[in-house]
Amino acid sequence: MPAQPLELILGRQFVDTLSLPAFLVDPEGNLLFYNEPAGVIFGLNFGETGGMRVEEWSTVFTPFDEYGKPIDPEELPLVKTLRNQTPNSGSFYIHSMNGDKIHIKVNSFPIIARPERFLGALALFWKTDP
Amino acid sequence: MMKIRVWGCRGSLPAPGPENNYYGGNTSCVEVTDGETCLILDAGSGIQRLGRFIDPKIKEIHILLTHLHIDHTMGMGFFLPLYNPSVKVHFWGPSSSVTPLLLRLRRYFSPPFFPVRLADLPNHPEIHELAFNDFSIGEFQIHSEYVCHPGPTLGFRVRLGKKTFAYIPDHEVRLGSTHFPTNPEWTSGFELANKVDLLFHDGGYTVPEYEQKLGWGHSAVEDTLDFATLCQVKHLAIFHHEPNNTDAQLESIFADSMKGKDLGFEVELCREGAEYFL
Repeated sequence: MPAQPLELILGRQFVDTLSLPAFLVDPEGNLLFYNEPAGVIFGLNFGETGGMRVEEWSTVFTPFDEYGKPIDPEELPLVKTLRNQTPNSGSFYIHSMNGDKIHIKVNSFPIIARPERFLGALALFWKTDP
Repeated sequence: MMKIRVWGCRGSLPAPGPENNYYGGNTSCVEVTDGETCLILDAGSGIQRLGRFIDPKIKEIHILLTHLHIDHTMGMGFFLPLYNPSVKVHFWGPSSSVTPLLLRLRRYFSPPFFPVRLADLPNHPEIHELAFNDFSIGEFQIHSEYVCHPGPTLGFRVRLGKKTFAYIPDHEVRLGSTHFPTNPEWTSGFELANKVDLLFHDGGYTVPEYEQKLGWGHSAVEDTLDFATLCQVKHLAIFHHEPNNTDAQLESIFADSMKGKDLGFEVELCREGAEYFL
């Protein structure tokens, strides 16, 4: 497998040091890395799952609104960031590993490297009260 | 045949003096030639002497800058072929997010750093911006990509026929890697150095020194050995010697780092004046 670009390598190193949950994805939306705090929320362990293709991890991550209605993936901040290469934010509900309904807020940022190379996106999120 | 000659392999600052005569005191400069095709990797203080001895038949010179830190650029204005109207010089260097390479080079070629401006040279050098690129110069096939070092910094992989040479003189490989040294996909510089015949790589520190200089952009000798092992190189020459280290100290650091290791490839400290033929 070819090595990742430096910007993604350093991005992974950075989010690995955070206690804020974070995802790192490539331009196609494949999940390259999630840190330990993100793994705790979703009940996953990166050491066990490794990266996941977009169709795999979209089945794990199933956000819904306050009425329990699934959210169109196209409306998710990270998906918007991948589509438009712009920062986005939003909030929604997910089920935690023990089945609790939790509310999370997300900020997602495009990773645009020198000179204007779009390499993917970083999503930071945290649990909050609705 | 690719001929590689080292004109400077000291890091950070020139370090002339009798105690440094064997490995040399000039900063980064490496000449790579194939007949009359001439690449010069970095323009540290070593390029001044190279300019005096370059083959007069060469009329086109390509200077490839890994980055613009002063130890890699301080010799530019003293490179005599720049003042020879019959020689065409190209500068290749890293793109930044904001300022074009031409403007960043002009900072050097302007007071108070240097009295001669680029526009005053008999031939204005041709400027080429690089990032993640594959390009050719003569028969050389060159790949450039960013590596972990403060500011935009490139490494180069140069191929001629089936022979490959990688030049990564300033590189903090441990900081730019996950689960180092076991995960090539997530290791800065891996693609540049993978299975090359010869690798020049940053290795100025002992492990305790590195721990005091995290984030400065350089590697411990032991990390360099691990990186070369991960990349399965055939031959490693350790580059970017600390200016405070004498020949004897360099050899002592190297001997300590090699204790108990059976690497399966050639390894040595890079030395000014050394030549390699691939």
